Amino acid sequence: MSVLVYTENWEGKFKKLSYELVSYASSVAEILNMKVTALSIGKADEGELKKLGIYGAAKIINVVSQQLTSLDNQAYTKVIADIALKEGSGIIIFSNNMTGKALAPRVSVRLKAGIGSGVSRLPVSLDPFTVYKRAYSGNAFAHVIIKTDIKILTLAQNSFDVVEKPTGAVPESFEIDVEESLIKTTVTDTQKQSGKILLTDADVVVSGGRGMKSPDNWAPLVELAALLNGATACSRPVSDEGWRPHEEHTGQTGKIIAPNLYIAVGISGATQHLAGVSSSKYIAAINTDKDAPIFEAAQYGIVGDAMKVLPKLVDAVKNMRK
Amino acid sequence: MKILVCISNVPDTTTKIKFAEGNSSIDPSGIQWVINPWDELSLTRALELKDDASSGVKSVTVAHVGTAGSEPTIRKALAIGADDAIRINSNASDAYYVAAQLSEVIKKEGFDVILCGIESSDFNGSAVGGMISEFLGIPSVSSVSGIKFENGSPVLTREIDGGRESVRVPVPFVAVVQKGIAKEPRIASMRGIMTARTKPVRIYEPSNVENLTEIAGFEKPRPRAACKYIDPENPALLIELLLNEAKVI
Repeated sequence: MSVLVYTENWEGKFKKLSYELVSYASSVAEILNMKVTALSIGKADEGELKKLGIYGAAKIINVVSQQLTSLDNQAYTKVIADIALKEGSGIIIFSNNMTGKALAPRVSVRLKAGIGSGVSRLPVSLDPFTVYKRAYSGNAFAHVIIKTDIKILTLAQNSFDVVEKPTGAVPESFEIDVEESLIKTTVTDTQKQSGKILLTDADVVVSGGRGMKSPDNWAPLVELAALLNGATACSRPVSDEGWRPHEEHTGQTGKIIAPNLYIAVGISGATQHLAGVSSSKYIAAINTDKDAPIFEAAQYGIVGDAMKVLPKLVDAVKNMRK
Repeated sequence: MKILVCISNVPDTTTKIKFAEGNSSIDPSGIQWVINPWDELSLTRALELKDDASSGVKSVTVAHVGTAGSEPTIRKALAIGADDAIRINSNASDAYYVAAQLSEVIKKEGFDVILCGIESSDFNGSAVGGMISEFLGIPSVSSVSGIKFENGSPVLTREIDGGRESVRVPVPFVAVVQKGIAKEPRIASMRGIMTARTKPVRIYEPSNVENLTEIAGFEKPRPRAACKYIDPENPALLIELLLNEAKVI
C-alpha cells in the first residue's frame, strides 16, 4: 500500500505548500510503514519534479495530457482515482486549497473513501483511524474517525513543517489520453496578476480594518507588507466599502489564512474575522480601543492610532534591515 | 431552468460554542440557528437570476437534510424567496451521507443548476457539493464567485490563485460557491414571511446510506498566551520582538 499525495503544479512549478504536503505524506507513510507516491498533473520538468523526492516522495509521477488544458474536476478526478487504484493507495492526500477542495470530495465518492478535510496534525490514532481537524470555523477542533479502507485527507495550509527526507527518486513522466467526452468545462477567459505574493501563500500578512479610516491611508500599510515580504489583506467592512479589493478580505466568508505572522491594523477582531485568521502562528494587533477583542487573540499588541504607529513600524523595519 | 440551493442549518457565527458532556456533540442550549452564510448567498444569487426574466430561471428550490427541528431555517429560506423546499428527514451524519441523500432526491426531481456553499461554518468540510456531482456523474465547478446566463448558457466565474477565470459548463452541473457570488444576503420581506407559511415543503424519508466518517469528539482551541503590550510611543520594540522572540520576520 502507498500514500498518494496530489502535488498540484503552477505552470510547472511547485511551492512551499507542495513541500509541506509531501513532508506530511512522508510522516503519515512512516507511521503506517508505507511509501509515498507523488502525483502531479500537467507538465513540469524533471528538475522541478525531483524536488518532491527531497521531502520523501519515493515515487514521482507526472501525468501529461493534451486534453487536460485547465482544471476540469470530473476528468482530473478520474485520472487521480485511476492512479490511486493502480498504486494501491490506502491514503490519498490533497492540500485543503481551492484545487484540493474541488477534487478531494469527488475522489471520495468515486472510491468510496471517507474524507477528513482541513487536517492540521498527524493522525491522532491509527485504530480507529482518527484525524484532527478545524471545526466551528476555528472555535473548536474535531477528532474524526475515517472508517473506510481508503482514506482521503486534505491538509490545512501552513500547518505542517517542511522536513527533508531525500529519496533520490527519479520522476516518471507519461502522456495519457483522456476521453474528450469526460471534459465538460471550458475556460474562456483568464485574468491573472503575476509577481504578487498570494495572500494564501504569504508568511507575513499585514491587514487593515475600518480603523484605517480612509482608503487614502493605506500607503504605510502596503509599505510595511512589502518590507516584510508579505501580502496585504483587509477586514470585511473595508472590502464591502470598496476601499480594498475583495480578494484581500480575510475572515469567515472571505479567505481563511494561516500565516506565520498576521498584523491586524485597526481591526476590532469580530468572531467572523478571527475565524479567518485564528490559525496564524502569531498575531500582532494595533488598535485604539484597548478592549477590542483582537487583543485576546493577539500575542503582541499596541494600543494606539494606526496612522501614528505604522510609519514608525516602517522606519523600524528599515533600520533593522540596515 | 430549475435551480436547487442546498442549505445547511448552522449555529449563528457569533454564538459561543459549548460542548455537551463528553465533548462529542455541541450543547444546543442558547444557540441561534441560521442558514449557513454561503448557502444564504447562493440563495440570494439564485433569486436575483430568477428576477431577471432573460436568465431563463423559472424556479428556485432549497433542499436540506435535517429533522423537523430545522424547519424554521427552511421557512426562513422560503421567506427570503425560494419557491418551495425539500427536507430529507434525517440527521446529517457526515458529508458523504448528506451528499448521497441529496443526490437521490435530485435524481427524482431533476434540477439544472445545483448550488452548494464552499463549506458549512460548523464542520468546515467543503465536501458536499463536489460529492453530489460525482454521485450524479455531472460536471462541477468550485471556487465560484459569479454565475450568469448568456443566451441561456451558464457562465461561471472561478477564483484561481492570483486571479479569476470564466468557465462555461453545460447543465446540469454543481457550482460550489464562495464570496462574491452575491453582495449581501437577501432579507425576508414581510410579504415573504407571510407567504412562506403556505409554500410547499416536500419531505422525503432518507435512503439507506452508510456514513464513512464519524466524530469521536471535539476540543476547544488552546488559549493563546496573554497579549504582550508595547508602548505606542516605541513601536520599534514590536519589530524587535517579532524578529528575536517570535522569529517570524
